[in-house]
Amino acid sequence: MKNPYLPIPMVVRKASVETTDRMLRTLELSFLNEEDAKAFRFIPGQFCELSILGKGEAPFGIASSPTENGSLKFTINKAGVVTTALHHLEEGTEIGIRGPLGNGYPIDLFKGKNILVIGGGFAFTTLRSLIVYLSHPENRSRVKDITVIYGARMPGLLLYKEELTQWEKRSDLKLVVTVDWGDKDWKGKVGLVPNVLEEVAPSSENTYAVICGPPIMIKFTFPKLMALRFPNERIYTSLEKRMKCGIGKCGRCNIGHLYVCKDGPVFSYAQLEKLPKDY
Amino acid sequence: MKLKLDKKDFKPFLQTLMDEYDLFAPVQLAEGVSVFRKIDHPYEVDLSASNTQKPAKEIFFPQSETMFRYEKVGNENRMTSMEEVKRERILLGARPCDIEAISIVEKVFAGEECTDVYFLEKRKKTTIIGLGCNHPLSTCFCSSAGGDPFLRAGSDLFFIDLGEAYFVELLTEKGMIFHKNKFFKETNPKDLTLVKELEEKTFEKVGFSIPVDGIEKRLNLMAESSFWDRIHEKCIGCRICTYLCPTCHCFDIVDEGEHQRGQRVRNWDSCLSPLYSLETSGHNPRPTNRERTRQRIMHKFNYFPKNFDQVACVGCGRCILYCPVHFDIRQAIIWTSSKRPKRFGGGTI
Repeated sequence: MKNPYLPIPMVVRKASVETTDRMLRTLELSFLNEEDAKAFRFIPGQFCELSILGKGEAPFGIASSPTENGSLKFTINKAGVVTTALHHLEEGTEIGIRGPLGNGYPIDLFKGKNILVIGGGFAFTTLRSLIVYLSHPENRSRVKDITVIYGARMPGLLLYKEELTQWEKRSDLKLVVTVDWGDKDWKGKVGLVPNVLEEVAPSSENTYAVICGPPIMIKFTFPKLMALRFPNERIYTSLEKRMKCGIGKCGRCNIGHLYVCKDGPVFSYAQLEKLPKDY
Repeated sequence: MKLKLDKKDFKPFLQTLMDEYDLFAPVQLAEGVSVFRKIDHPYEVDLSASNTQKPAKEIFFPQSETMFRYEKVGNENRMTSMEEVKRERILLGARPCDIEAISIVEKVFAGEECTDVYFLEKRKKTTIIGLGCNHPLSTCFCSSAGGDPFLRAGSDLFFIDLGEAYFVELLTEKGMIFHKNKFFKETNPKDLTLVKELEEKTFEKVGFSIPVDGIEKRLNLMAESSFWDRIHEKCIGCRICTYLCPTCHCFDIVDEGEHQRGQRVRNWDSCLSPLYSLETSGHNPRPTNRERTRQRIMHKFNYFPKNFDQVACVGCGRCILYCPVHFDIRQAIIWTSSKRPKRFGGGTI
């Protein structure tokens, strides 16, 4: 029997601060053992438990795409004991991971469809994975139009700025970046994500929407998607809950009879509608 | 195979078990406090308690359990997993409700893709000797929850107390190993009649009055019911019901020790704790006792049946017996089925 609680050893190859408030840091990890690297197969939307011995474990969505071979990326918000320790890790340090966990985005359903990605704040991590994956030359032809709407409170709080600049230049991907408050150097859009969505008004025909962000953004964006006639079956989101085991045993992340760690974290609104509002 | 064990041979019999197995059985820690422990001397075993205070699940899923030890050597993390059980085990004197509960917890820990090696290793290496319940307590309702005081399912051997002797049934391959034990004797037809009488008498005592049947469907319609507004009011959130519940299996994982060396431990946890689902951001998806009580009841009688086709309650009655404010889960079950709920204020929930 394989022990699912034992972390796999990885090493921090690169650590970089993403935002001007220095609260978000991206860790790039690579496997120490080749057989672990080979065995690790994931799809965008899945997550891992990062483990610092002596501090504990916490779950994080995988920010890198399966098409970026050899390493895994996680963007971590400094909030508690484990995340603070992760912020203090130096390059070259060994850490443990368990995963990939969870179901991931329904990539197969996306075949031949338009994809609308809506992200807010630092919930953009697994969306980055999805965008990089879908826009990779190998996969780009599998979906039709890709539209990305991404918002942050301030320009300095946007993640993956260099990549955003590159995506902006691409012709096969429509990117709209917006901030709640601009600054003197900001030349892009200023406006809240729900309003920008209304303005961009993507067609819901043959389109799947994937939305991740703070609850307040989701609350106001959802009615706009409804107004654009997106059916609940074609709106997907990724949930977060307090987790420990990550494999549906320890009990705490359930919503009704489903477990966010094992049956999620990605759910359609059609699914969520039927569940108690325990999230 | 049906056999008999004279009570005067009981302690030497235990010794024969202990020669080859690690034996776990009820011991009395203090008056009324009976728990399952590893037995060092046969005289420690005390089967007199109607049911132990802590359930037998502890033998497979300890209250606190080291998952692995770690040590930092240079830049490398060395981890030693602690799942291995070196010696085969015997669990003796578990009641049918507890044994049923072990199979319920096993459904969760076995899983399809990820198996909980700590639980399953112990389960695989354990032979279970069940013990019939001659004297069910007033809080017992196993027959209503799909069990019965003499349910053999899950046991490898089954003992029934006939006063001077134990009536012994060898039920499985694992149980048949013991058929040559020198202390087992032939049974006679009189014993069989005694057993039958005892079973019938006890069955009557427990009764079938609690409407557990169909509760999953009833609760489907009650997720947002005002039922929950009232039902939690009495609960002080002490969580003893979940810790002593034989089917509750929630746990927390914590690291103990230093950066250099230490261990990762799992401890029993409870959905009735406000910290259980509290997130670092301060958001708590189950912010009040109302949501937490709902979670406890719904998990046992609605969510669990949805996933595993069985309620996660075996009617052992511990949550009723040890609740400091006399919350009675039977009353809650009854109220889900009454068309016009009785007055909540004056009830005995």
